[in-house]
Amino acid sequence: MSLESLGWQGLVILVVFGISLLIATYCTYAERVIAAFLQDRVGPDRAGPFGIVQPLADAVKLFTKEEFFPSGANKALFIFGPCLAMITALMSSAVIPFGNFLKFGETVVHLQGIEINVGMLYVFGIVSLGVYGIMIGGWASNNKFSLLGAIRAASQNISYELAMGLALIAVLMMSGSLSLRDITLQQSVPGEWHFWNVVKQPLGFIIFIVCAFAETNRTPFDLPECETELVGGYHTEYSSMKMGLYLFAEYVNVFVASAVMSVIYFGGFNFPFQYELRSWLSSSQGLSIDAAQNIIAILGVVAVFAKIFAFIFFFMWVRWTLPRFRYDQLMRLGWTILIPLAIFNILLTGGLITTGIIPEIKQWW
Amino acid sequence: MSLFLFLSFVALLSALGVVLAKNPVHSVLFLILTFFTLSAHYLLLNAQFLAAVNIIVYAGAIMVLFLFVIMFLNLNEETEPQKPMLAKVAATVSGGLLLLVMVAALRGVEPTGYNAATFDSQIGMVDRLGMVLFKEYSLPFELASILLLAAMVGSVMLGKRETGERNF
Amino acid sequence: MESLSNRAKKLEKKPMTLAERAYLPAIFQGLSITMQHFFRAATKKQITVRYPEETRPFSPVFRGLHVLKRDEQGRERCTACGLCAVACPAEAITMVAGERKKGEQNLYREEKYAVSYEINMLRCIFCGLCEEACPKAAVYLQADKMAPPRYERDEFIYGKDRLVEPVSPDNRSKRGIQLTPEQADKLRTQMQSA
Repeated sequence: MSLESLGWQGLVILVVFGISLLIATYCTYAERVIAAFLQDRVGPDRAGPFGIVQPLADAVKLFTKEEFFPSGANKALFIFGPCLAMITALMSSAVIPFGNFLKFGETVVHLQGIEINVGMLYVFGIVSLGVYGIMIGGWASNNKFSLLGAIRAASQNISYELAMGLALIAVLMMSGSLSLRDITLQQSVPGEWHFWNVVKQPLGFIIFIVCAFAETNRTPFDLPECETELVGGYHTEYSSMKMGLYLFAEYVNVFVASAVMSVIYFGGFNFPFQYELRSWLSSSQGLSIDAAQNIIAILGVVAVFAKIFAFIFFFMWVRWTLPRFRYDQLMRLGWTILIPLAIFNILLTGGLITTGIIPEIKQWW
Repeated sequence: MSLFLFLSFVALLSALGVVLAKNPVHSVLFLILTFFTLSAHYLLLNAQFLAAVNIIVYAGAIMVLFLFVIMFLNLNEETEPQKPMLAKVAATVSGGLLLLVMVAALRGVEPTGYNAATFDSQIGMVDRLGMVLFKEYSLPFELASILLLAAMVGSVMLGKRETGERNF
Repeated sequence: MESLSNRAKKLEKKPMTLAERAYLPAIFQGLSITMQHFFRAATKKQITVRYPEETRPFSPVFRGLHVLKRDEQGRERCTACGLCAVACPAEAITMVAGERKKGEQNLYREEKYAVSYEINMLRCIFCGLCEEACPKAAVYLQADKMAPPRYERDEFIYGKDRLVEPVSPDNRSKRGIQLTPEQADKLRTQMQSA
């Protein structure tokens, strides 16, 4: 990789970082507008046209609120908790492929923060660390409600991580690669009709999306911050921007979960008829191969963000539709339904691969 | 090299922190930091899979359970029971013996280094690891997986609602 | 236990079918309902009233802030008889009566008038009994004005300065006896000459 490519890659990382933050910011706005529309209300419309600068107003409000430390709190860990939640949330978007590559002469820019061959495990590892922010914050608050929220978060995340991992294993058995870029490219082979993984793994996708709701602590699984039972759950004692960081980290997690689902199950930056479009651009429109490829790549970025936004909308849609689960229902669903289903899915996938119904994927790129 | 030195320094410091911290929660957090530096060492050795799995399994799952239990027990400096002197002496002696055994075992090891010409930098990659696991160590791997599967089935069975159990 | 009326419906808990136990059909049903509401927001008229820009219309029988009316020559109608204070179930009205002096005929209609007239809006229950009791048609509860919230308690005691309506026929309250156009014109010219 040339030095120039390296510089471009650094820019891509910065842009990915900025986009995750921007999307998380506007998720707060979108959540309120969508909630309002689903409930026949108007939603925030005061700050700017259609309330478009509402997130800025919220940020100003949170920053100017009084900082509060509960007595008996472990002050260092109390501050460390929300920071950790935010760091782990932001780290996972690094390996997600937001597009194929752009080529300017000799310079190739991959539209992905970093490409590592264990990308899926990386995401999985970072997600499993996300619970520390909640646990540490909840424990350091020196409040029984916070502690209960933290403990709920811990057991919930561990339980659903298991089913999530097992659902992913079925995808891995088909793809034979842990790299998210490989998995994306496999979902579209030039010259032949190739389905997205969701068609081959419908059961796995349902398990994964249920687990994604649990891992991001979103309704119907938002028991760690269950306000009817636990005041505010793990962030009961938090105020000001530390509280803001927790809320923000949740939205970054939603963004990352949406991105992972669109990459693994919905073809990532692939969109239908992309190769036909590319050959049409280069043959009848007189563009060079590189230029046509760049146009396809940019359209791919648009496609992946459309998929991500659709999933974010789905997260919010579900949140304002379903009531919260009870804690024993949550655990029962995780351990006695999702995990056996995921194991069954693995067996099924294995059977289909050995009988050749699911064709072996060749590495075509 | 400087990265290695820095990581080793952090690893040793946080490992010491595990032992010396008064608060058990701090100990657990130091242990997590130790696992992170170990994972970073794996990355330096180009063993990405091992690094990721170390984080997922140890830092992500096992240490969460540790922290979980310690939070439940509400251990802290005040409520920690004072151990009798005999136990302290015994702990020191056995710890020292362990150190002695390890030093004695590792003293004779000479770092062989590697031959730059034949060294394969891809050896830690996940596909190579898979090839080794599923070809050379196929039987132990399968045995371990059956053990884990049995444990998992057992846990699911424990979670199943029994007939006649109160059902809220 | 035997039901007394025999109308109680016996409910039997049936075991759930597979579709019910799988949750998912019910979840999708719920999602479709909320989605209908989502699009209703875009197509149908919003029922939300965006308050500072638009206000809800008051009911014509709404009873709000009191007003002390003036007559067609701009004189106060109130004669401080005290019937409103007697009628008031909340005892919110107090007044001090005084005798009209010479030269004040254009200020007060009757020979006796209210030197001070106070209504405590924290006590008032806006029942309108004062309005009914008034023999001079002097006190009215306006249908288009509410007693606004204030920071201090003593700001809720409304004196004559805030209760008596303006002389100008254009700024008068819309409740109670209204001026005819001729009377209003006359009053206007009278005010201009003065």
